[in-house]
This record gives sequence, structure tokens and C-alpha cells, in this order.
Amino acid sequence: MESTNLIINLNEIYFAYPAMEPVLKNFNLKLYKGQRLGLTGQNGSGKTTIFHIIMGLLKISSGDMEFFGKLIREEKDFQEIRQKIGLLFQDSDDQLFSPTVLEDVAFGPLNLGKSKKEAIDISKKTLKRLGLKGFEDRITYKLSGGEKRLVSMATVLAMEPDVLLLDEPTTGLDDKTKESLIQLLGDLDQSYIIISHDFNFLSRTTTSISLMEKGQLLMDKDVHSHQHYHSHQHGTYPHKHN
Amino acid sequence: MINEAFTTSNSIIHRLDPRLKIIYAIFFSILVALCNRFEALFFGLTVTVCLILLARLDKKIVFKRLILVNGLVFFFWLFIPLTFEGEPIFMLGPLSFSRPGVLLACRFTLKTNTILMMLIAFMSSMPVYTLGHAMGMLKIHPKLILLFLMTYRYIFVIQQEYQRLARSAKIRGFNPSTNIHTYKTYAYIIGMLFIRASERAERVHNAMLCRGFNRRFYCLNEYFLTPLDWGISFLLFITLTGIIILEWSQLI
Repeated sequence: MESTNLIINLNEIYFAYPAMEPVLKNFNLKLYKGQRLGLTGQNGSGKTTIFHIIMGLLKISSGDMEFFGKLIREEKDFQEIRQKIGLLFQDSDDQLFSPTVLEDVAFGPLNLGKSKKEAIDISKKTLKRLGLKGFEDRITYKLSGGEKRLVSMATVLAMEPDVLLLDEPTTGLDDKTKESLIQLLGDLDQSYIIISHDFNFLSRTTTSISLMEKGQLLMDKDVHSHQHYHSHQHGTYPHKHN
Repeated sequence: MINEAFTTSNSIIHRLDPRLKIIYAIFFSILVALCNRFEALFFGLTVTVCLILLARLDKKIVFKRLILVNGLVFFFWLFIPLTFEGEPIFMLGPLSFSRPGVLLACRFTLKTNTILMMLIAFMSSMPVYTLGHAMGMLKIHPKLILLFLMTYRYIFVIQQEYQRLARSAKIRGFNPSTNIHTYKTYAYIIGMLFIRASERAERVHNAMLCRGFNRRFYCLNEYFLTPLDWGISFLLFITLTGIIILEWSQLI
């Protein structure tokens, strides 16, 4: 692929939390325009850390970070990057801090310098797109878990970012909400990276899946089919599974 | 925890501009606190009772809150008349209730109830976030408002976290009693709450940074003074003048 299509390029990143073994060692990650990457791996393997490094919330000890073909180092550069990359946090309570849904969704657009009217328009449109019409005046902390997740998604999408980073978007969602999230992701134009332990979800929403192990990314381009054995009552009766 | 019981009605008081309510409640409370004459105090009380009635609040809950505060006032009645010097109003064995003491306690009771009812009628009748926004429009420092709204937003999360911790102690057979184990457990729970709160604060701050937070908080609602607001504020202005006249007329 051409280098102009390279959106995120992390090169030889080294990162360690204070007084701990390094989480990332000579870590490399490339995300191209239109690419939909799934990221999986054990707990504590550093998946969330990568997202926070990309957003400039954590400082790396060495390595190069290039976004949209530009070398990024300082906090000031990251402020620009944050407008183009949207991060969905693991815990929606961290993401939603305004009293009402509309205000929370409008928070990003207002920070981007949009007028009040524009911000409200964008927010309403985004909410409608996520099937959250009529939620505008709801109080954020009184929403259910699934609603909180979708509103969080709206707050990120309202900033119209070029790239999305989704940190375990399906945890705590029921099958129906998960299904609508899959639909929504399929309709998006943006490139994205999803962290998830849910292979089923990843295989339906991403084009490639990488595994985090020992501070490195392992790619696997091929799809392997494997068999599952399962048992249940009345299993001898001829039947099908979806 | 905070259920905003008074915000649901749609009375004339609820429809007033929040800024007007804040300003009036402040001026009124200060005036009443400064008053000494019973004429002025009773007039103030009448005004607040009228406002409470106008606001059509749930009288039971109003009453409950008043009882709560008057429980505290009761203790003042125990001590002020006994400890205040002056001509005794009546004697009870060796105890003498002084006249100035009793009057002071009366004033104290009147002022407390009047101000409390004013705050119930005008401040509790709007949702907390409306209060925050109205303060913003009154040019109160954004940092204070941010602090106020954030506290309100996350107090529930902290409450939930406390309940989670308390529950996890309970299901493992924790039974509070008066011993060092109980104190230690509570100390751990509180310590853990602080740590979690501070970590959450960091995560929320990060989330705000990710969405381009630049130390400014925007308010989407806009309020305009309606003819109703002007009319009511004229009436309210008259009540303030009334209190002033009743209190200070002979001094002028």
C-alpha cells in the first residue's frame, strides 16, 4: 500500500509503567486508510496501553510515532491528533461526564470550535443515527449499561474522527445491542482498531486480527477453520445450529 | 441519594428564569438573616410560605425537611434561653429562662425556617444541572461550576463503588461490630474509595482530553427573560422592599 494511506505508524515503541517490566518492547503497528484491525490478547498484555499511547495520554520512552504522515512528539501535536482519532473508553462512566446526553455529545464538537447551533445539530444527527432519538435530555448517569455504551459511541462519532479506537466495545452488551453495534460499525466509513476478546465479534467487524503477546503484535493473515465439540440434551435428534 | 424531589412540578415558580431565582434567593436570605424585628421576620415567613404554596411542592417532603432542620433548632432552644443573661421570664427550680434568650431563640427559629423554605421553593425546584448553568450565566467562575457539576455527576458513581465494596465485604460474612477488625475493614473501604475516586478522576480527565477539552465548559441552554419573569421579579422586589421598611423604617 502507498505510504500516503498510512494513518498510524508506530515504530519501535518502548514503554514501561514505573517499576514494572516493559509492556511494549520494539512494538510496531501500522494502520492504513480503510483498514479495520482487531486486537486481541491476554489481560495485561498492553492492548489498552497502545490506545492510550496513540492518544498521547501515556508517554513512551523511545520510538517514533507518525500520524497522517506527520511525526508526533509533544502534547501540542497530540491535541491536533485527538480531533482526528476518537477513543471509546472501556468504562462508559469515564466517558460520560456531562449531566445530559445532548450536552455530552455536543462537548466534543464545541471544543472543535463549532457554534452552539452546529454542535446541537451534529449531536442530534449522531444520536439519531445510533437509534438514540429522544435521548437528548436524559440524564447520563441514569442510563442503562447498553445505553451508556451507545451514547459514548455517539460522543466519539460526533467529533467526526478519521480513525476510531474501540476498547472492548462489547463488554456488558446483550446480543441485541451487540448486533446493532456490528451493523453500525459496518456502515461506518472510518478506519478503526477494536480491542476485544470476542472472536466472533471481531471476525464480523474487522478485516484482520492481531494478537498481542510479550509486547509484540503477531499477525495471522490466514483464516483457520476449527471444529467445536459440544453436547446438549436431545442431541441425537437431527438438528442445525446457527 | 439526591433525588431532586421538588423538580417535577410545573408551577409558575418552576417556569421562572433560574438566574432570577438564584439572585432573589440570595438577597432574600441575606436580608432575613440580618433582620431583628419580628414584623420583618413574620413578613418574610409569610412570603416564603406563599412561594412554597405557589410552587405546588409535595407538602409531605417539605415538612420532612423542615422537621430535620428543626431538630437541630431544638437544641438551641435547650441552651440559648438558659445561658443568655437578662431578666428571667420564668424559673424552673434552679434554672432561669431569660427573656432576651427566648426572643433570640424565636428569631433564630424564624430565620432558619424562612431561609430554608426560600431555598426549597427557589433552589430545590430546579434540577442541579440547571442550577450549574444558571450560575455560569451569572458569571460565577467556571472552575467552581465545573467542580460543582462534576461532584454531582460522580457522587453517584462513588456511591455505587462504595456499595460494591460494602456488598463484597458483606457476602464474605463481614458483620460490623465494635472491634478493631470492623474499624480496619471500614478504613480499608474508605481508603479504597479514595484511591478509586482519584484513579477515576484521572480517567475522566483523559477522556475529556481525548475530546479536545480546553478548560472551557460550554452551556447549551439559553434563558431569556419573559414578561412573566419581569412581572414576578417586580413583585419579588416589592417583598424585599417590604422587609427593609419593616426592619429599618424608624431608623431612617
